[in-house]
Amino acid sequence: MRPQPTSTEPLAAAPAAHIEAPKEPPRTPKQIARARRKAAAKRVWREYRKNKMGMAGLIILGLFIFVAIFAPLLASSCGLDPTCPSTGPQLQPPTLKYPLGTDDLGRSVLTLTIWGTRISMTVGLVSTAITMVIGTTIGLIAGYYGAWRETVLMRMTDWFLVLPFLPLAIVLATLLGPSFYTVIFVIGITSWPATARVIRAQVLSLKTRPYVERARALGASDWHLVTRHILPNVGPLIFANTVLIVAVAILSESTLSFLGLGDPLHTSWGTILENSFGAGAPFAGNWWWVIPPGLAIVLVVLSFTMIGYALDDILNPKLRAR
Amino acid sequence: MSTRRYLISKVLQALLTLVFVLAFNFFLFRGVGDPVTQLLRGHAGITRQSVEQLQRQLGLDLPLPQQFVHYVKETLEGHLGYSYFYNLPVSQVIAGRIWPTVLLIGLSTLASTALGIWIGIRQGWRRGSRYDQGMLGFTLFTYSMPEFWFGLLVIMAFAVGVGPFPALFPTGGYESTGAGYTGFAHVVDVVNHMMLPFFVLTLSYLGQYSLIMRSSLLETLGEDFIVTARAKGVRENRVLYGHAVPNALLPTMTVTILELGFVLSGVITIELIFNWPGLGLLTATAVDARDFPVLQGLFLLFSGSVIVANLVADLLYSYLDPRVRAG
Repeated sequence: MRPQPTSTEPLAAAPAAHIEAPKEPPRTPKQIARARRKAAAKRVWREYRKNKMGMAGLIILGLFIFVAIFAPLLASSCGLDPTCPSTGPQLQPPTLKYPLGTDDLGRSVLTLTIWGTRISMTVGLVSTAITMVIGTTIGLIAGYYGAWRETVLMRMTDWFLVLPFLPLAIVLATLLGPSFYTVIFVIGITSWPATARVIRAQVLSLKTRPYVERARALGASDWHLVTRHILPNVGPLIFANTVLIVAVAILSESTLSFLGLGDPLHTSWGTILENSFGAGAPFAGNWWWVIPPGLAIVLVVLSFTMIGYALDDILNPKLRAR
Repeated sequence: MSTRRYLISKVLQALLTLVFVLAFNFFLFRGVGDPVTQLLRGHAGITRQSVEQLQRQLGLDLPLPQQFVHYVKETLEGHLGYSYFYNLPVSQVIAGRIWPTVLLIGLSTLASTALGIWIGIRQGWRRGSRYDQGMLGFTLFTYSMPEFWFGLLVIMAFAVGVGPFPALFPTGGYESTGAGYTGFAHVVDVVNHMMLPFFVLTLSYLGQYSLIMRSSLLETLGEDFIVTARAKGVRENRVLYGHAVPNALLPTMTVTILELGFVLSGVITIELIFNWPGLGLLTATAVDARDFPVLQGLFLLFSGSVIVANLVADLLYSYLDPRVRAG
């Protein structure tokens, strides 16, 4: 697959120190921290709203999330079944009844694309969650503990980074057999190395900050340091990285499905394209069967990428300064 | 660190990675199941004796570590196993497919790097201009597009024809079958077949190179020596091509080499849809036929070439930028 456009420069956490003091001074440190984070989030959102690219991405994404959630209301799931009475003539160009035409089994391409949204988005999000958990854990342990743990983990990460992504995913998916869960697992398990590296770099710079050293001198445990001081500050970075990885995961899903490694029972956008290619649609000029699912992929991936770059612009102080 | 120690450590690291890939490849495919059962699939008259004989032949009666040593030895000698599907040694199957892929990847990478660098320079030099904005949009779009879908669109537009427009290029393949072209006519024929996959691959990866060149140039333009050059009255054109571009080219060049792994991935689907008889198409057919020995061999070849590319990038970088060696 393509390289993940992760920023190589570590993001700094939104500076929380110089914000206007809240009207009523909070009492516990927890409340202070919460108030500061809330203010920081507000400030990021204010900045984000000014970013045209980011807002455009957010609107497109919102549209697709809507379609994914309300798929049953937009198109009857019966339309996915070739024996369903709502299917029409085979390979019909777009008409009023079938706005995007029909496939070789008479199913409405619009219905297929609407339901494909669910599968493609689910695979993208869940596999990204796996990637982030593995990548963050490895990056945190390597960066925080250093020494032999770092050597072993980072060497391992470098090894996995070298393995070409798609061939590895293909091999794994072939070995495990085509299924919905295989695709999620394969994408999740193959795309963590880049994340681990980014997180580690950030942790390395965070752990030498004075406030972390102060907390350590006061006798804070490793667990406290990691969960209370390191993790919250890697948070923005993890967030921006996640958004970009979802884009890559959705692209990977479409490629794996196109190669016939997707779940034949769960129609994703990649599966629709595989079916159309298998039936010779591009060669027979059945453009209505080829264009919609691909366009859906482009739009969703584009929206995630735009949101990711916008977040990077806002959260990365190095980019802002330029 | 001295140069020599730097080089040696890089080469050793690459070798270590290669060993990892070998081990990974070995154990991964052991997870599929017993190779003997797979080999004998569909054969009649299998006796216990023949099974045991085959096990001995393949070295499967040995303990696992010994099997691994055996596998490494065989691999180093170029024996990659036997394809179920083609009934040929895997090395022979792969060797027959290397040339078309090298041709396609090589030419399209050359084209997309050269174009990408040129576009990136113009973008970085006029940052924020309409050209820059437009190209950024284009880059984001090509990045978000699955290569194979773009390929299908191109097939519909140029190989099948839209409405009154005729088909301009063949839909796929490496050459016209049965035409028996030789010499120059053959070259023209192959070029004609390669046009569309070449176009798709070039355009798909163009954006990544221009993006890297752009940000690398922007970074260089902010350096002190650029300010110095301008202060001493160097002409703008010379500031760009004499001072900024040569320095900005470094990261772009190494990244180009490192991209190989991703280009390899893209080539799998592109070769499939254009029926280009290279390693990518071989991968796709091996997936369909569940031809594990071929997949194993291909995976080794792909990872191996990425490792070598990484090493070349490292060495090249240290040669071109002495600061790396010193650090």
